[in-house]
Amino acid sequence: MPARKTTKQPNVSAEELKTYYRDMLLIRRFEEKAGQLYGMGLIGGFCHLYIGQEAVVVGLEAAAEEGDKRVTSYRDHGHMLACGMDPDGVMAELTGREGGYSKGKGGSMHMFSKEKHFYGGHGIVAAQVPLGAGLAFADKYLENGRVTFTYFGDGAANQGQVYEAFNMAALWKLPCVFVIENNQYAMGTSQQRSTSSPDIYHRGEAFGIPGDMVDGMDVLAVKAAGEKAVAHCRSGKGPYILEIKTYRYRGHSMSDPAKYRTREEVQKMRDERDPIEAVRSLLLTGKHATEDDLKAIDKEIKDVVNKSADFAKESPEPALEELWTDIYADVAPQTA
Amino acid sequence: MATEILMPALSPTMEEGTLAKWLVKEGDTVSSGDIMAEIETDKATMEFEAVDEGIVGKILVPEGTEGVKVNTAIAILVEEGEAVPEAGAAPASAAMPADLKSEEGRAPAAESAATAPEAPEVDETPDWPEGTALKQQTVREALRDAMAEEMRREPTVFLMGEEVAEYQGAYKISQGLLDEFGPKRVIDTPITEHGFAGIGVGAAFGGLNPIVEFMTFNFAMQAIDHIINSAAKTLYMSGGQMGAPITFRGPNGAAARVGAQHSQDYAAWYMQIPGLKVVMPYSASDAKGLLKTAIRDPNPVIFLENEILYGRSFDVPDVEDFTVPFGKARIWRQGTDVTIVSFGIGMTYALAAAEKLAEEGIDAEVIDLRTIRPMDTGAIIKSVMKTNRCVTVEEGWPQGSVGNYISSVLMQQAFDYLDAPVINCTGKDVPMPYAANLEKHALVTTDEVIEAVKQVTYR
Repeated sequence: MPARKTTKQPNVSAEELKTYYRDMLLIRRFEEKAGQLYGMGLIGGFCHLYIGQEAVVVGLEAAAEEGDKRVTSYRDHGHMLACGMDPDGVMAELTGREGGYSKGKGGSMHMFSKEKHFYGGHGIVAAQVPLGAGLAFADKYLENGRVTFTYFGDGAANQGQVYEAFNMAALWKLPCVFVIENNQYAMGTSQQRSTSSPDIYHRGEAFGIPGDMVDGMDVLAVKAAGEKAVAHCRSGKGPYILEIKTYRYRGHSMSDPAKYRTREEVQKMRDERDPIEAVRSLLLTGKHATEDDLKAIDKEIKDVVNKSADFAKESPEPALEELWTDIYADVAPQTA
Repeated sequence: MATEILMPALSPTMEEGTLAKWLVKEGDTVSSGDIMAEIETDKATMEFEAVDEGIVGKILVPEGTEGVKVNTAIAILVEEGEAVPEAGAAPASAAMPADLKSEEGRAPAAESAATAPEAPEVDETPDWPEGTALKQQTVREALRDAMAEEMRREPTVFLMGEEVAEYQGAYKISQGLLDEFGPKRVIDTPITEHGFAGIGVGAAFGGLNPIVEFMTFNFAMQAIDHIINSAAKTLYMSGGQMGAPITFRGPNGAAARVGAQHSQDYAAWYMQIPGLKVVMPYSASDAKGLLKTAIRDPNPVIFLENEILYGRSFDVPDVEDFTVPFGKARIWRQGTDVTIVSFGIGMTYALAAAEKLAEEGIDAEVIDLRTIRPMDTGAIIKSVMKTNRCVTVEEGWPQGSVGNYISSVLMQQAFDYLDAPVINCTGKDVPMPYAANLEKHALVTTDEVIEAVKQVTYR
């Protein structure tokens, strides 16, 4: 499939658009519900919501094939839902219950799915970048044609290990798409105040890694960029960098009052650039869907999310014996 | 259907807050994402958004109210045309979590104190049966053979590190491996410990069995986040779905005259981490048998070698597939008067001291732990039940040493058998000096071990 240069006249089917609408809406509603459960004390500790950034993972998952891998930071709920993990299991992990993906032992920041090739959920900023390069190393070693999506933020882009990973990924031509989700704030520090040059995607040039800047509020643009990057990696040319400009509507975590930016700035983004509204508008103006069709999708998503919240509330806390399990493996749980 | 909006918890520790300001009034329509109120916590003023769509039917807590408990109903949301129910009549949008269950369960790792134990079950089978053919081999050759054998056995095993391939190893441990296995499986890395440790762990997640060589473990401090946070904790954090079958190996501890930054024993550091296994061999047969076990182990293993031991020769069984299990100490010397416990290069002092003590009529039992985690504490306790005295020997620093842990185990599990306080012989509590005479004194010495044994035997 040729890479699309523009989304002005998207060559995209109604079904495809509806899928993106549904997938993005699922993340948004799921995260709103998570925020609500946090407010009620059902979710503890840190909880980093993905609201506003939905088009990034939904667009890139549309460019992925079965067996491709993904690894990300602590802002990971959207990535898990987008790669097909069960909302019930994700929400129940957020509430620390037995039915969670990690049996309640990982929490919001540490979840994994062998089945969906989701390799975490990592709480140390940028640690997932060499890990992602390592997953790609394994794929290259095994010659299985798989690609790894390694997600990190504009904040993580200032960690030294990112460049150690870039160097080796380029040196060994690892099939790794480095996805910089630039939401413009590293916790409370704007990119302007933390990053010497504004275009992070240029930073691969020093290692010979090509990079593109992508509009992360446009799911079709993200998908097109993803396809180009994946094709590059899969053809054996080595890593690719995508700097995807996005925006998080909510604070860094639930306990962040977000005083480092104005309410107007956030509202402007929501009003003018919202990725879900954009697809909604494409669906309606293109006569691909009626208001009623979209209402039906909204209802369907609401039901899925409510069910996940019910599951997460009803699932019991892990048995106390679980404190002592999964410290050492008798056999490696994953295989090549 | 009407829903109650509850006072939210806006931080991990918030129990109550001030409802500073309502940004909606009764009769307003709200939808998901609209800011409804400002709430002050002890840390900050936070905005509070609507999650459900509806009409603000009634505001139950006026703005300016202080000390509003989390989960108190603060407003009622209704649908269009719906009457506002009484407070408490509408369902809240979620329930509070069940109270934490009682804290019963397994006791912490420390066993109950000060009861005289039964003699522990200890596996004392020899590492090889009597009559096995032996060959003399250096620790260096034994380590190389272990890696080569495991790489022949399993195609997912590979070696990466600085100078491991074309240079044939900074300490020549990987000599010949590039020739046999090629550059795909014997990989020179750039000087980038944090990065290649992370890549190694990622490759292990991806189904490979990496051997990551650190030129020395001093440089692994740059990589320790991946060793601990990424490798050791993932099995637990994933609820058993994913782990890191990886071996981190390289020389550890003081070499000779390389100064403070290149001379440190990390046994006690890594010993503390659940999820890691920690191995520190002394002899060539242990280097070989334990490294093969480490490479096969499905967990992350820290394999601590020693540069000074690399060139020493020992008997190694000349058999097809020689392995040594983890968690099994080796008794190098039987004795009745005192138990000397050591591991790695510490064994050289322990054995030399035992020889000299024998000349003075003190019969020392010398135990080589070989693996620090899991630790064969049973072997130590069993020996101390016989000798009633214990001295530990290591090159690492005194505070929080491996010997400190052994002392605490003996106090808690063999108190009644001790006739003297356990003495920990360790390196001195100083960074390693460069000057030859000072360096010698900074390390533990055979004389100090002899002196400690005399103290605990009251000679």
